[in-house]
Amino acid sequence: MPYLGSEEVVKELRRALSNPNVQADRLRYKNYITKVIRYMTQGLDVSALFMDMVKASATVDIVQKKLVYLYMCTYASDKPDLALLAINTLRKDCADPNPMVRGLALRNMCNFRMPGMTEYIEQPIVAGLRDKASYVRRVAVLGCAKMHSLQPNTEIDGTIVNELYALLRDPDPVVVVNCLRALEEILKDEGGVVINKPIAHHLLNRMKDLDSWAQSEVLTFLLRYRPRSDDELFDILSLLDAFLLSSHAHVAVATLRLFLHLASAHPTVQADALLRTSAPLLATCGAASRELRFAGLCHVQQVMRSQPGLFGTHYKRFFCGYSEPSYIKFRKMEILVELVNDENVALVLEELRSYCTDVSPELAQAAIAAIGRIARTYSEKCLDILTGLLGLKQDHITSAVIQTFRDLVWFCPQSTAAVCQTVGACVDSPQDSEGKQALLWLLGEHGDQISSAPYVMEGYIDGLKTELSSAVKMELLTAAVKMFLCRPAETQDMLGRLLHYCIEEESDVCVRDRALLYYRLLQRGVEETRKVVTGPKSDPSMSVLTGRQEEPISEWDSTFNTLGPLAGCDLCPQTAATSAADQPSCRAENELLPESTDVTLSSPDDAEEEISLSLGPPLSHETFEKMWLDLETLHRQTLGFPRPRAAPDTLQAALQLVKIQTLAFTPGDTVPWKAYIYTRSTETLILAELLQGDQQAPGSDESLVVSVKQQPVNQHAIRGFVSVLKSVLQTLNVDTL
Amino acid sequence: MISQIFILSSKGDHLIYKDFRGEESKDSISVFYEMVTALSGDQPPVVMSHKGLHFIHVRQGGLYWVASTKTNPSPFTIIEFLNRLAALTKDYCGSLSEKSVRMNFALIYELLDEMVVNVLSFYFYCHTKQISLKSTQLYVFYLCVSDHQDFGYIQTTSTDILKNFIQTEAVSSKPFSLFDLSNVGLFGAETQQSKVAPSVAASRPIMSSRGEQGGKNEIFVDVIERLSVVIGSKGVLMKADIQGEIRIKCFLPTCSEMRIGLNEELSIGKSQLKGYSSAVRVDECRFHQAVKLDEFDTFRILKVCPSQGEQTVMQYQLCDELPCAPPFQLFPSVEKDYVNRVLIFLKLRCDLPPKSTALNVSITVPVPKGSTSMSQELSSPDQTAELQPKNKALLWEIPRFPGGAQLSALFKVDVPGLSSASLLEVGPVSMSFELPKQTCTGLQIRFLRLSPTQTGLSQRWVRYVTHSDSYTIRI
Repeated sequence: MPYLGSEEVVKELRRALSNPNVQADRLRYKNYITKVIRYMTQGLDVSALFMDMVKASATVDIVQKKLVYLYMCTYASDKPDLALLAINTLRKDCADPNPMVRGLALRNMCNFRMPGMTEYIEQPIVAGLRDKASYVRRVAVLGCAKMHSLQPNTEIDGTIVNELYALLRDPDPVVVVNCLRALEEILKDEGGVVINKPIAHHLLNRMKDLDSWAQSEVLTFLLRYRPRSDDELFDILSLLDAFLLSSHAHVAVATLRLFLHLASAHPTVQADALLRTSAPLLATCGAASRELRFAGLCHVQQVMRSQPGLFGTHYKRFFCGYSEPSYIKFRKMEILVELVNDENVALVLEELRSYCTDVSPELAQAAIAAIGRIARTYSEKCLDILTGLLGLKQDHITSAVIQTFRDLVWFCPQSTAAVCQTVGACVDSPQDSEGKQALLWLLGEHGDQISSAPYVMEGYIDGLKTELSSAVKMELLTAAVKMFLCRPAETQDMLGRLLHYCIEEESDVCVRDRALLYYRLLQRGVEETRKVVTGPKSDPSMSVLTGRQEEPISEWDSTFNTLGPLAGCDLCPQTAATSAADQPSCRAENELLPESTDVTLSSPDDAEEEISLSLGPPLSHETFEKMWLDLETLHRQTLGFPRPRAAPDTLQAALQLVKIQTLAFTPGDTVPWKAYIYTRSTETLILAELLQGDQQAPGSDESLVVSVKQQPVNQHAIRGFVSVLKSVLQTLNVDTL
Repeated sequence: MISQIFILSSKGDHLIYKDFRGEESKDSISVFYEMVTALSGDQPPVVMSHKGLHFIHVRQGGLYWVASTKTNPSPFTIIEFLNRLAALTKDYCGSLSEKSVRMNFALIYELLDEMVVNVLSFYFYCHTKQISLKSTQLYVFYLCVSDHQDFGYIQTTSTDILKNFIQTEAVSSKPFSLFDLSNVGLFGAETQQSKVAPSVAASRPIMSSRGEQGGKNEIFVDVIERLSVVIGSKGVLMKADIQGEIRIKCFLPTCSEMRIGLNEELSIGKSQLKGYSSAVRVDECRFHQAVKLDEFDTFRILKVCPSQGEQTVMQYQLCDELPCAPPFQLFPSVEKDYVNRVLIFLKLRCDLPPKSTALNVSITVPVPKGSTSMSQELSSPDQTAELQPKNKALLWEIPRFPGGAQLSALFKVDVPGLSSASLLEVGPVSMSFELPKQTCTGLQIRFLRLSPTQTGLSQRWVRYVTHSDSYTIRI
């Protein structure tokens, strides 16, 4: 406590406050009261003056009253017995002819957070609800909620609830909104305030009288209401129409959310609302307050999940300002990547290129990664830029470019040759472990195309003793073994040294084990090693992926205009859980799946049908759809039994067990029931549809029909796939019976 | 529902703390401060969570304005609310800084109390009935006065906080202001062509002691535009974007209707064109809900009853098509001089009309990594230039840049280990400046009329200013 003389100060103040001369001189008296408040807010304990301050509240001067009330609220919970004395004064003030005084007294009385307050405040609150002055009613309405929160476990007072519902018709708009807030608090356990048709329409008609804060709150309350008919729905929407273009961003966004929610069955209405709100949303993205900008950008991203084209023409609005903080720049870059199309790609790339030399290394790396994302579609232009960046010879840029190259080669194999040429010509190497790993991966995977690869790798092997990161060492081991398989003569010697070092001198157990594994593998012979070590060099199915799929609006509208988009999804666990259940093949889940390990599964009834299925990298919905439409059905079979009645996730898990991935299926009892699944077998991709109850497909009334498409064709694999599928589904049927 | 609101200084000192619901302890302040200072540059700080408590904050005037909540409210509402709180504080304290907040803590508590009633409601001070408005103002007024009277006494208790308090008094008579243009006066509307608005006039508290401000019935109408421009390497305009607003700052104790006339030929949207003269065009505009627009379509007149303090009556924006040339053109040349030196020659032309001037122009040029020292040749002594190795940039500052003028500067930067690739690191150049008496859209206020019933003398000021939000020139 910095105030050493606190006791002295309190004593002096008490002397002054009780001095009749001072009390007679109002200005001086008030001055001392202000002084008490000042000490109080600075943290000095002036609670000893409670009695003197209570006396001071008996005044006609509202300012003085306010100061004393502030004091009383602060110390009431510390001195409950003294506070009871103050209550008498406050109750007297509640009957004052001046509505301002009545309201103030009531508000402060409700703010006393101490046990046993309810019996004193109940009567004034009930009286306040019927007060002539709206100021008092506003306070009294919220007082009901405060009273409830003082004793949370008591029964809800039905008369008060009814009175509050009645006050929703109050002429004063603030009273109306306060009623909603109070009811929401009081009825929290029963699911909050009930919005029925008369209340909803009443609120809608009062919208114009409310201030903007109340408007956005009422709009949130209205989310609970479901119109009975389409006519009513469109009436409501036309009433709300003007608010879509409100100059207050929070009202416009709240209205949009309500629109999306109400019109969930009318996609065209939703699209129209999104189109019209795009202007206010864009305006918030350029608002003077950076926090508002950030909120705007996060919501633009959400809208783009369903309508990627909506902001296409406004891409320049997402160019970064140089003075913006980096968290805004990151968002803007993410949006820019999504907005790229044939017309603007040159300008966007030029803009992103200028961010690559930013002072902040994080920002520069993010910009490079963004160019890498665009390179999946526009490889040539992007590769030029990335190659140019290598010329800057800056560690963080080189590292980011190499990492981008690695991802690019994996996603679009057609760029491999160009990348290999660049990497081969690149003289300096990345210094951080992420970059080193990326470079080593490239060298190992495409060592046959990079002429200088063994020499670069030799440098790493020679410098092994000074290498700290074990991840880099492991990557080096893998890369060296892969390189040995394609260029044995140049690599043999250094691989020997590497293995020797890692087994004999390395202290990290993981690295040592990995080295031992490769060593023993190599002892089994080169062919054996090749089988284990080499995998696909890239994933051709990913190259089809050109843009992101359009998600339905219902995917995100529940978190629209909440804190969720700003903070990531962890804020709203409930909504996240439900949406994951709705959509069985969640994108995130797929990405978390471990790299495929082949599993050989022999079906018990037929030994000849032995095939190996594998999951491989996940397919996107869009890719699947495209391939499904392009390919012809190779095989159609009636399985002879109905679909399993198991829960969706059981089915999904069971299929996953035998390496069949579920893409999507219709929920439980809908007819016709459909499911789309896919899997990979020795170099072919199998897509299949399960169908039951479709009138057009013969034989599907009682039993499941499976249709299989494949690329490239391999009849053996289809037979194997069908038999595996059959046995799984049968097992499931037995389980559920 | 907001649980708590607190205001922290940039060093984490507690300035204001108010608990509305009693559900969280005061510890959350330090939790917040630890979280916000531990964030790395790329993590978005606006919303943070700790054990089910969400912190939403904005930074204004170097302070953290924080709201904490346990529910999941609309971020737009909370952010705008905090911005509004800051704006109101500025209205009352005159300027926004740690000192002014410290000085007026009691007043802000009171503002908060009126703005956020327990069991939070966004119940707005300005929207309460006249009666409560009056008494709060009286109270605010009272506290302002009492601060002065406390002065001497507090000085003798010699606490650090109160020392700040004294300094504040000295500083607040000359607070920083966007419009503090000591060397150039801001001219009023046509009606007051010759008079110059006092530069600090608009940054004083709206409530001041009765004696000194008795006769000052003033109203300021500001047209503020923020310009963001990207110019490509060949001088091609790649992106231009103007966000503008008309802001009223009203010191009149009461004000009935005011009519603001905009350019008659103002057209909104792409297609619509009005009048014969060169059209002033904006893409779209939005108005404060209190603005009456019945004469806007035909006469471009806004009717509004301003309340005391600051409010934005109209926001507008214009994209891509600037009606005039961008204010600055840069002609750079970057060369490798000899072994370890880069020559950067910049020629900067101001394309404003000759009568106008750009102020506080600062030009930031990124330089190659590892630059150690720099020598410069500038054209006049009031300019300054320095190398900032931490930001890998050189900063060239020009306090005053008349329209039509052309300035040049030569910088020789020493870079040990210079390679030809290093030259690529020079650029893009970014600039910041302000253009007083200038709107890039050409939007003007034709007249400003207070309704005839207005009693007493009132002074009306119209001011224009354009700020650079982001002005980037590629090399």
